[in-house]
Amino acid sequence: MTAKTSRGRKSSGKPGTVPVQLRYLAHARSGDKGNTANVGLIALEPAYYPLLLREVTGARVARHFRGMVSGVDRFELPNLNALNFLLHDALDGGGTISLKTDAQGKVYSTALLRMEIPVPTGLARTLRRS
Amino acid sequence: MSQRTVRIAAGQGFWGDWLEAPVRQVRGGPIDYLMMDYLAEVTMSIMQKQKSRDPRAGYARDFVPLMERILPDVVAKGIRVTSNAGGVNPRGCAEAVIEVARRLGLGGKVRVGLVSGDDILGRLDELIAAGHPLADMETGRPLAAVRDHVLSANAYLGMAPIVTALRGGANVVVTGRVTDTGLTLGPIFHEFGWSPEDWDKVAAGTVAGHIIECGAQASGGNLLRGWRGVKGLENPGFPIAEASPDGSFVVTKHPGTGGVVSVASVTEQLVYEMGDPRSYITPDGVADFTTIQLRQAGRDRVRVTGIRGGPRTPMLKVSIAYFYGYKAVGTLVYAWPEAYEKARAADRILRARLADLGLEFEQILTEFVGVDATHGRLSGPPDPGLPEVQLRVGVRARERAPVERFTREIAPLVLTGPPSVTGFAGGRPAVEEVVAYWPALVDRRQIEPFVTVEILEA
Repeated sequence: MTAKTSRGRKSSGKPGTVPVQLRYLAHARSGDKGNTANVGLIALEPAYYPLLLREVTGARVARHFRGMVSGVDRFELPNLNALNFLLHDALDGGGTISLKTDAQGKVYSTALLRMEIPVPTGLARTLRRS
Repeated sequence: MSQRTVRIAAGQGFWGDWLEAPVRQVRGGPIDYLMMDYLAEVTMSIMQKQKSRDPRAGYARDFVPLMERILPDVVAKGIRVTSNAGGVNPRGCAEAVIEVARRLGLGGKVRVGLVSGDDILGRLDELIAAGHPLADMETGRPLAAVRDHVLSANAYLGMAPIVTALRGGANVVVTGRVTDTGLTLGPIFHEFGWSPEDWDKVAAGTVAGHIIECGAQASGGNLLRGWRGVKGLENPGFPIAEASPDGSFVVTKHPGTGGVVSVASVTEQLVYEMGDPRSYITPDGVADFTTIQLRQAGRDRVRVTGIRGGPRTPMLKVSIAYFYGYKAVGTLVYAWPEAYEKARAADRILRARLADLGLEFEQILTEFVGVDATHGRLSGPPDPGLPEVQLRVGVRARERAPVERFTREIAPLVLTGPPSVTGFAGGRPAVEEVVAYWPALVDRRQIEPFVTVEILEA
């Protein structure tokens, strides 16, 4: 079965691409440091890493989380086919102060995997649903 | 090329981790060291509170009965234990282990290394007066702003005192606030006799420590990639770092245990709580995570090579906990039909009542569990047919009284608010004291001369 584009939309934006949720291209783990959450985004296949590098920019991640974080820093780990994002002021005070269910940012990881990026149609067809 | 390796097994990833893990690490196959990390950021303040009530308390109490279970094997097999279970009372913890050893008839066979000097609560005023502001690393505010509310203050120590204790013949090393990674670095540096200024080796040991410090989170626990395929988590194999003298190491686990050690499982742990990957700073040095190379080298074996690092910084991190205020969280469950709408109506009513009572909170936070609690607006519009929604309202205030009053406003909603409500059997929510975390830096020369290592004999 191939990856479903979100909400049944057809290709949008760039010609020859379809929007695909990051969950079909990457896995992730998140944690906290004070009021900052970090999300490590890891390509499911090394071949997907250049796509993540190009499309999952700090600015786009900040837009994805608008209203939830005050700013985003991005770091590259090509050796692990991974990107690391710091999401500032994401935890409502963080640590023990925060009233949030996810006070330690443990599931910001999958919240990032909801993001869609344009993926060349040919590649999108090969993505497995997991 | 067969070289002597040193096997360091993770036994606990935090205070509250699976109690069977250290027992199975000791019995499930050969290991040289068992390392157990107990201290999270605010753990020290909880321990400080316990110590203020009972001067013999203030350490991870689980550690002593656990040692009682594993000490006979530890002694028989020549395994050595490193742990920061000592919290704010490492002496009390070390003496309790000695007592247990004697009770088990292991007198003369157990030497406990006691590391202290990380606790600077009694030195804060002296340090501030001497021009060390201990400013909050996130906000820059000087500690003086909350000085009167400080409950605990501990500098993060590195591997040095652990190496000293091992060299002194300790087979159990009990420390206060030693870094998670120091508990792994100490054994490796002791075994291989590396120079503490061989920065690549420091970085390699730091990465090994980081991979195993959260226990099974590196070996299949909490693994997102292919999670359905991770088998045997009823008996998770906790990770083992098998270190080589060239600085490389293999992450593995005992045969016959569940979980998985794969490039994916190790990578997920590597990025956990990561900041700038080029500078992972510890008291012992700075590791560059962009140099790490991972390779699957057999079933449940991942080889880690290529790690580079740089010199330690002149500063040590200090973990300070201070009293902040009070909070409480109340929950109610609303059932189909219109579950979400009912929960939202209840929240409006609750907030209006709190306002009418004139209660002042620093914050009121409402989440709808099942709708938006973890992913916020990214969750999208909820399914109108949701079988149930949990209303979860949290409040926080500097004073106790408004929070206390809030806890009495939840149950009344059951008979005075929207219908189809349940899930209040737990009774009134508890008022919790909020102890907040204040990370700071201090010149290491203010700390290191005060660090002591003693060897206690059973």
